Amino acid sequence: MMVFERPHALLDVPLHYCPGCTHGIVHRLVAEVIDELGIEGRTIGVAPVGCAVMAYDYFACDMVEAAHGRAPAVATGLKRADPEHNVVFTYQGDGDLASIGTAETVHAAARNENITIIFINNAIYGMTGGQMAPTSLPGQVTQTSPYGRDVKACGYPVKICEMLSTLDGPEYLERVAVNNVKNVKAAKKAIKKAFENQLAGKGFSLVEVLSACPTNWGMTPEKALEWVQDKMIPYYPLGVYKDRSAKEEAK
Amino acid sequence: MADKVLMKGNEAIAEAAIMAGCRHYFGYPITPQTEVAAYMAKRMPKIGGVFLQAESEIAAINMVYGVSSTGHRVMTSSSSPGISLKSEGLSYLAGADLPALVVNVQRGGPGLGGIQPSQSDYFQATKGGGHGDFRMIVLAPASVQEMADLTVKGFDLADEYRMTAMILADGTMGQMMEPVEIPKIEKKEFDKSWAVTGTGMGRKHNIVNSLSLAPAELERQNFERFQRYGRIQEKEAMWEEYRMEDAEYCLVAFGIAARVTKAAIDEARKKGIRAGMIRPITLWPFPEKALAAAAEKCVSFATVELNMGQMIDDVRLAISCKRPVKLIHRAGGIIPSPEEVLRGIENMEGGAEK
Amino acid sequence: MAKITFQVDRCKGCGLCVGACPKKLIRIARDRINQKGHHPAEITNPEACVGCAFCATMCPDCVITVER
Repeated sequence: MMVFERPHALLDVPLHYCPGCTHGIVHRLVAEVIDELGIEGRTIGVAPVGCAVMAYDYFACDMVEAAHGRAPAVATGLKRADPEHNVVFTYQGDGDLASIGTAETVHAAARNENITIIFINNAIYGMTGGQMAPTSLPGQVTQTSPYGRDVKACGYPVKICEMLSTLDGPEYLERVAVNNVKNVKAAKKAIKKAFENQLAGKGFSLVEVLSACPTNWGMTPEKALEWVQDKMIPYYPLGVYKDRSAKEEAK
Repeated sequence: MADKVLMKGNEAIAEAAIMAGCRHYFGYPITPQTEVAAYMAKRMPKIGGVFLQAESEIAAINMVYGVSSTGHRVMTSSSSPGISLKSEGLSYLAGADLPALVVNVQRGGPGLGGIQPSQSDYFQATKGGGHGDFRMIVLAPASVQEMADLTVKGFDLADEYRMTAMILADGTMGQMMEPVEIPKIEKKEFDKSWAVTGTGMGRKHNIVNSLSLAPAELERQNFERFQRYGRIQEKEAMWEEYRMEDAEYCLVAFGIAARVTKAAIDEARKKGIRAGMIRPITLWPFPEKALAAAAEKCVSFATVELNMGQMIDDVRLAISCKRPVKLIHRAGGIIPSPEEVLRGIENMEGGAEK
Repeated sequence: MAKITFQVDRCKGCGLCVGACPKKLIRIARDRINQKGHHPAEITNPEACVGCAFCATMCPDCVITVER
């Protein structure tokens, strides 16, 4: 019996990501969820600008490539074009979602736009070669913070789940990580819930995934997973930041 | 004869868009085009359409990009500073070969400028309107009726050529009220097999995209796009000629400037000055053939513009600089009076005063 | 009896599967390279594999298939 194979929604092509980059894991989780929910034929994915820009070549569903940071606005258009039929997700990195696209992110959340957002937080700009991201940790050395991120000069990291959880709009916000088997399984559960919410018409669901960038962090893939555990998770605690339906049911 | 209703230009655009099958509108408030949004906000919910006030012009044009990707008709409207914000999206729409209708009810600039009518976005509209090699079809209405008619035409052209059509109006056109007959629509079918509507598990996935990292492929796409633009230049130029049969002096003006120029031409004719006008209705494609033909019989040209002289360059190119071209203009939101334009006509090279 | 299969030429040799295997059965083959020029992952003692699929769960490139 087959217990593990490539999901149908992930096309059988090599991924361009660096060795040990966990984008591949998250791609697979999204594809597994699409398979399990049987929604490939009516799903439209939105690729960002950044390392995942070519995600449109990897998912078997229809895909759109958006301008940098604009994926939530593009997804709004895609969803509103045919809300009963289209299942719409964006897949965005931290520069895309939390810097240049902050406004689009916040307002899609405020509108409780019925879309699913997969947010990869790896604390760095990968595609352009390792510059400081809105989510780079204090003191983190990058190409544009060569002496470490100085919070006095360039401010503090943006905590998306915490920030969005102050809004009345969004339905569901959870932060997960993909640095070990247990966390990957939890990440999949969250991603599945984020899609199920959309199918149930519940609204804006965002899953923030703490992810590793061994190349631009200058670490081995194994060390990079440890860095997620030791440095990122303490700063970006995992967990559910908002789950409106669950809260209402509990009342 | 269908009934005419008295409408503001901005409202005529909105109603015509609905008649043309547009059910998705995204915008952001900015004077002097806000009536388009207000009209859509009222009408769309009643007809099962979508009106959404976006968080910014940038978001609005990207929502347009999203809806257009699914093959539905969609529009946004704004005024000059807002169009600058949309220019990123306009470039992406061009790169992804997506149809859209974008309305610019121009105001004076640069910067925040003013809120009075202007034609100072001519360069921005006709020379691309964003980064990269691309064109938009640019339609310049000169009456409320044309605001409606060209909106319908714009949707058809956008769908046919898979690109943005822009209505380049101005504050006067947007705000003035005139009787208008909302055009009857003939349903046309367009191939939208490229749209992302879900694969239905029955076809390979469609990708809407403007990224192309292989230079040879990107070059091929550019050449293909410009072949399409070439067909548009060949087939789609529109213009009106006014008293050109025996004209010695050729005025060139569009939009509100053309209406003032008509009045000035009538006055000039009373004085025995044989003036006429070519009014471009499409600013891109520019009616080059009409201008070139006029250069064979007219002694002198002038453009009348609400800017510092932008269309004048295209006139010089269209007539290969065979005749002198003068600029009659006001800027900053001021419309020249017919008397001012008449003085300009009298002062044209080879003209009555020279 | 479990069976894991590597799509060798897709492997980038990142080693995330190595760390994930609870029985320490996977290693990076330092003595060979695949089509892409990476040292691929391989299983050292296939008989001992229980088919938990932890390796496949952590593989970013969908290289590993697990049957049981």
